[in-house]
Amino acid sequence: MASRRASEELPVIARFEVRRRNYLAPDGSANRLLPAFATDSKLLFALYRAMVLLRQFDRKAVALQRTGRLGTYAVSLGQEAVSVGIASAMQEEDVLVPSYRDNGALIWRGVKLEEILLFWGGDERGNDFSGPVHDFPFCVPVGSQAPHAAGVAYAFKLRKERRVAVCMFGDGATSKGDVYEAMNFAGTHKLPIVFVATNNQWAISVPLRLQTGSETLAQKAIAAGFTGEQVDGNDVVALRAAAAEAMAAAREGKGPRFIEAVTYRLGDHTTSDDASRYRSAEDVQAHWKEEPVARLRSYLVRQKMWSKADEEQLAAECHERIEAAVERYLATEPRRPETMFDHLYADLPEAYVAQRRELSGEHDG
Amino acid sequence: MAEITLVEAINLALGRAMEDDPSVVVLGEDIGVDGGVFRATVGLQKRFGPERVLDTPLAELLISGLCVGMAAQGLKPVGEIQFMGFIYPCLDQLVNHASRIRNRTQGRLTCPMVLRTPHGAGIRAPEHHSESTEAMLAHIPGLRVVTPSSPERAYGLLLAAIRDPDPVVFLEPTRLYRAAKGEVEDNGEALPLDRAFVLREGRDVTLISWGAVLKETIAAADALSAEGIAAEVIDLATLKPYDESTVLSSVVKTGRCVIVHEAARTGGFGAEIAATIAEHALSSLLAPVMRVSGYDTVIPMARLEQHYMPSVERITTATRKACQFS
Repeated sequence: MASRRASEELPVIARFEVRRRNYLAPDGSANRLLPAFATDSKLLFALYRAMVLLRQFDRKAVALQRTGRLGTYAVSLGQEAVSVGIASAMQEEDVLVPSYRDNGALIWRGVKLEEILLFWGGDERGNDFSGPVHDFPFCVPVGSQAPHAAGVAYAFKLRKERRVAVCMFGDGATSKGDVYEAMNFAGTHKLPIVFVATNNQWAISVPLRLQTGSETLAQKAIAAGFTGEQVDGNDVVALRAAAAEAMAAAREGKGPRFIEAVTYRLGDHTTSDDASRYRSAEDVQAHWKEEPVARLRSYLVRQKMWSKADEEQLAAECHERIEAAVERYLATEPRRPETMFDHLYADLPEAYVAQRRELSGEHDG
Repeated sequence: MAEITLVEAINLALGRAMEDDPSVVVLGEDIGVDGGVFRATVGLQKRFGPERVLDTPLAELLISGLCVGMAAQGLKPVGEIQFMGFIYPCLDQLVNHASRIRNRTQGRLTCPMVLRTPHGAGIRAPEHHSESTEAMLAHIPGLRVVTPSSPERAYGLLLAAIRDPDPVVFLEPTRLYRAAKGEVEDNGEALPLDRAFVLREGRDVTLISWGAVLKETIAAADALSAEGIAAEVIDLATLKPYDESTVLSSVVKTGRCVIVHEAARTGGFGAEIAATIAEHALSSLLAPVMRVSGYDTVIPMARLEQHYMPSVERITTATRKACQFS
């Protein structure tokens, strides 16, 4: 009793809250007044096209993998809205620091489909993006890209540039010190950076409840000294709005933001995974009712902005674009083996010249 | 010209690099107001401001990861890890990112960063402050590993490391920070990386070493010279990639080689040198290549560390043995 009384008397020194953002319900109806940009039908179409393209591209990539023409591949099925919505709010001069499942963001940023295929096909040239030349490549070691984004944002701040670093990772990455160290530093220096956690509920087979005891991932930002917001990750309008707001704040010197995009990984972790080993078909089926592509389509149809003919035309356009990219990918000449030395250092040190020569089949004398 | 210590030479090079190039940023724990636990960065924050001389949170992984991000964005970060025993959280960043971002992106993004850290034992420091695990770093493709052993080379090699377009781990001999003194002209001239330094010429035997233990190696060469053994002494200086041709031409000349390093023997960098000599200079050898090294034990705490490190006596004994081998 005495201790309870004592604790009742302790003053509260800080209070925090986490808000959740959503505009579109699963059936495509609007829950509340949509943000101003949603009156721009061209933008909504662009978001929709990007999500459809990504889904169709993923399907093709898996087909290529199953027929031995692509390596392991990570699909975005069910979470297309996250990478598209976030990237759509970025400026060209901003820098994206993605994880390995952020194809959709990279495509929006101008990375070519054949470059993505090259990467997953086992060729480093796929990371030599012709589009956003300062964006980081796919990051495979989970969460290890977060400190890079903080370093990028520090460079922007030091040079007084109005640019933003956008760091994307999954729910699993929030368990890593790398991510927390980067967030802590970003908060300390009020860096122009937006952290985006795609919470798709699964880190391969480990569900979120075994990943953290935290009620939300968004609240992890609070400990780092900035705002974390939970966003319906299947609502591309909400994602775009949250990202635009966070980036505007970052650009104005108001420091970092954290966005937790709550979604669901409808597909396997990668083509090497079999999700039926750790979750039931019924569970997955239930989440199909909330998926982002149908949601935006329903909204567009409700608004009489989108017809069956539009849908068919879009599918045909995506198909054509993907097939052309696949053709270019498959026609890419392999690199000569000795080129593995060519970007090891700016200039190959004398010590390794003989190894390069050996690999190229040339011999001394 | 007045003599300065090795740590003062580091400070001089950092100041010069920051003066010459506004993209150079120095970051680490306690490196600002405090000037670093060894005072390597003393005065820099006052001269260049807290944005370019940055006290980071206490997080080594972060320091190395920030360097990668900054470098990819065109800065030239110089990170400090307070002691080599605390560099291990940085390995993920060094192995997976710093050393390979150039290759992964085919030259689109690069990583001109330097990670400085004190290296080696002998200052009676607490546990985990006496590491010399350079071989582990020298195993990483795409990285440079450099260690100076005099104020002059500390100045010139650090300037070279900062100007280099690729990542460099710069190992500073803790024991020599204040013990090594020499004249250093602050002329902004870098010394070449990837080159060994022949500190003394000799015809009978080649002694190869790097970092703080060169002090004992040179003392051993002095002692041997009194006995009529003329030892050539090489400071390897850059371990990755290392200067095979200087090593090989010396061994071809002398026919005998003793490698001295403070690190544990198994998998130490001496093994790499011995293998190179076996591959390319076997027919010149008059004796087996010898190694004088730390033992394959955990580096002992202060009371026993002197027994762990190669002594002048252990070096002279091994060298005599090499010279007496028929």
